[in-house]
Amino acid sequence: MTEFIQHIVNGLSFGAIYALIALGYTMVYGILQFINFAHGDIFMIGAYIGYYAGNALGLNDHPSIWGFFVVLLLSMVTSGVIGFLVEFLAYRPLRKAPRINVLITAVGVSLFFEFGAQMLFGANPKAFPHLVDVSKSFYIGGVQIDSMELVVFTVTILLMLALEFVLYRTKVGKAMRAVSHDHNVALLLGIPVNMIISITFVLGSAMAAAAGILVGMSYPKLEPLMGVMFGLKAFVAAVFGGIGNVRGAVVGALIMGVSEQLIVSYGVPTFRDAFAFALLIVVLIFRPKGLFGKTLAEKV
Amino acid sequence: MKKNLIRSYVAIFVATLSVVACTKKEDNSNKILLGEYGSMTGEVANFGQSTHKGITLAQEQYNAAGGFNGKQVEVKLYDDQSKPEEAANTVTKLITQDNVVAVIGEVASSLSLVAADVAMRNKTPMLSPSSTNPDVTKKGEYIFRICFIDPFQGEVMAKFAGQNLHAKTAAIFRDVKQDYSVGLADFFKKAFEAHGGKILIDTAYQSKDSDFKAQLTEIKAKNPDVIFIPGYYNDVGLIAQQARSIGIKQPLLGGDGWDSQDLVKVGGAALENTYFSDHYAPDTTEPTAVKFIASYKAKYGNETPDAMAALGYDAFFVMMDAIKRAKSVSREDIKNALAQTKDFQGVTGKTTINAERNAVKSAVVLVVKDGKPKYFATVEP
Repeated sequence: MTEFIQHIVNGLSFGAIYALIALGYTMVYGILQFINFAHGDIFMIGAYIGYYAGNALGLNDHPSIWGFFVVLLLSMVTSGVIGFLVEFLAYRPLRKAPRINVLITAVGVSLFFEFGAQMLFGANPKAFPHLVDVSKSFYIGGVQIDSMELVVFTVTILLMLALEFVLYRTKVGKAMRAVSHDHNVALLLGIPVNMIISITFVLGSAMAAAAGILVGMSYPKLEPLMGVMFGLKAFVAAVFGGIGNVRGAVVGALIMGVSEQLIVSYGVPTFRDAFAFALLIVVLIFRPKGLFGKTLAEKV
Repeated sequence: MKKNLIRSYVAIFVATLSVVACTKKEDNSNKILLGEYGSMTGEVANFGQSTHKGITLAQEQYNAAGGFNGKQVEVKLYDDQSKPEEAANTVTKLITQDNVVAVIGEVASSLSLVAADVAMRNKTPMLSPSSTNPDVTKKGEYIFRICFIDPFQGEVMAKFAGQNLHAKTAAIFRDVKQDYSVGLADFFKKAFEAHGGKILIDTAYQSKDSDFKAQLTEIKAKNPDVIFIPGYYNDVGLIAQQARSIGIKQPLLGGDGWDSQDLVKVGGAALENTYFSDHYAPDTTEPTAVKFIASYKAKYGNETPDAMAALGYDAFFVMMDAIKRAKSVSREDIKNALAQTKDFQGVTGKTTINAERNAVKSAVVLVVKDGKPKYFATVEP
């Protein structure tokens, strides 16, 4: 039984990271109805920024909690700027184009990042620096919780509360929700739609960068293609929870993380990835809009 | 408009043809061209880079000493990016386009297996410095290797676990995506059980996974005496770290796939109390090896050569030894000469190619201490 709970705890910490990435997918989908395939690569870029910042600050030899926050913030801000540029340079010129064009552009941007990163950072895996001392573990009735897992939970929960606040308690959030309902009406009401879309990309990218830092710290091996699998799984989690629905993405991601751990422990360990997608198919058969997706009638 | 389009297509086609025709003609009369394909980038890039450093050093020394009958030896290198499809492409290119006399490569068995098919089809000798999966040389009479094979390596680690670590039970954690890992895991299992040990759990991961806690938790619950992880260095670093973090204190064992300076870079202190079998020990006192280590350090900024570099170095000289005895650079003659390699003294010991085109060599067991692999024991075949 303790073992089972242990798997749940490990799965939740893995799911929390998926959730941070899934938020970006779901927010962008909610507002533009398109999948930003480059999102997983922003996550990778965020991790690499953390790698260089952490080494530049000498945190590997002197880990500190403040250094961690500096690196986290730096990575989130820089990735936010990159996210803004991606939207501004690649997607905005295609705002009026058919959706399929934007989708293909997103795939192109994704490949650009992946192989650009291979040129820039090298294809060899890099060891992420130790930002904070996370060697301690805590035990609750035989269940072990690493301090790294605590860091993951804390950072994720704080970021989600912040996002929740922005979305539901600020004017920008209200505007974002309005734009996701209807671009044209939002425009008529004087909402600067383009700016709101930019903000969405910045927020999503910053979340992905935070996930990148957390992954770097938990699994200290960076490589330019690390965003592919994480991005794909997070995307599945977002669809699973009902794409466009922020809370749904979080729940979907947590379920994904936990069920992955369980399939690896009690089922066939090498079916980890296959299982994630099988789960998605099953959910979509019974609930085509995902777990918490709104069933909208198609507008005619 | 349409006519113009067709005309330009024709022009492009002709231009391409002439470029291909030009590149195909290469004058090899006053030099000997060897081919090398390796993982210079990608998952197991350290393997390819180390091997290439060893080969380059050997080639420089060989040419400085006068080359082969006054001819200089050149090595054409292609990067296969640690990918099987690229391994096949690069070897095809080496053989058909660059017209090399023989090919040296790969470290990772999955890649050697793919390339061996290409070499066999084109009847070109291929010498693998360090692929240990037995199936590699079974591909045919043109495929050779200068290292021991996994049945022996599995036996070495099984014996070592039983005799030196007094292990009665073991867990196996294998990488199902690598032929090397799957093969070595099977041979370890067989040998360990033959010596009266018991395998409590045999579970798996896939290269490039980043989270191993679920499997490790299962392993921990079974409480084995040792854990055998026949994977590659980049995954093993993470596995060791997560194993220690969930409180697995048992010794971790592995094979030559662990050999890379990146192992400790990722794994850090988690790798203390781990042992792996390898082809040579960097702190050896054998004269040929000491000389090699000194010249390697002089050339590469005081970097200590790992086993892949040593085997790359040896592979080059074994190949040149065969060409010398063949007195010819025809692929057929080189193949026959390689098959007769006997008692060739290299950095990694004496190489004799047996009837299965494998080398029979002793293995060493290294222990990781203070962040460095150190010599622990030698096991004779």
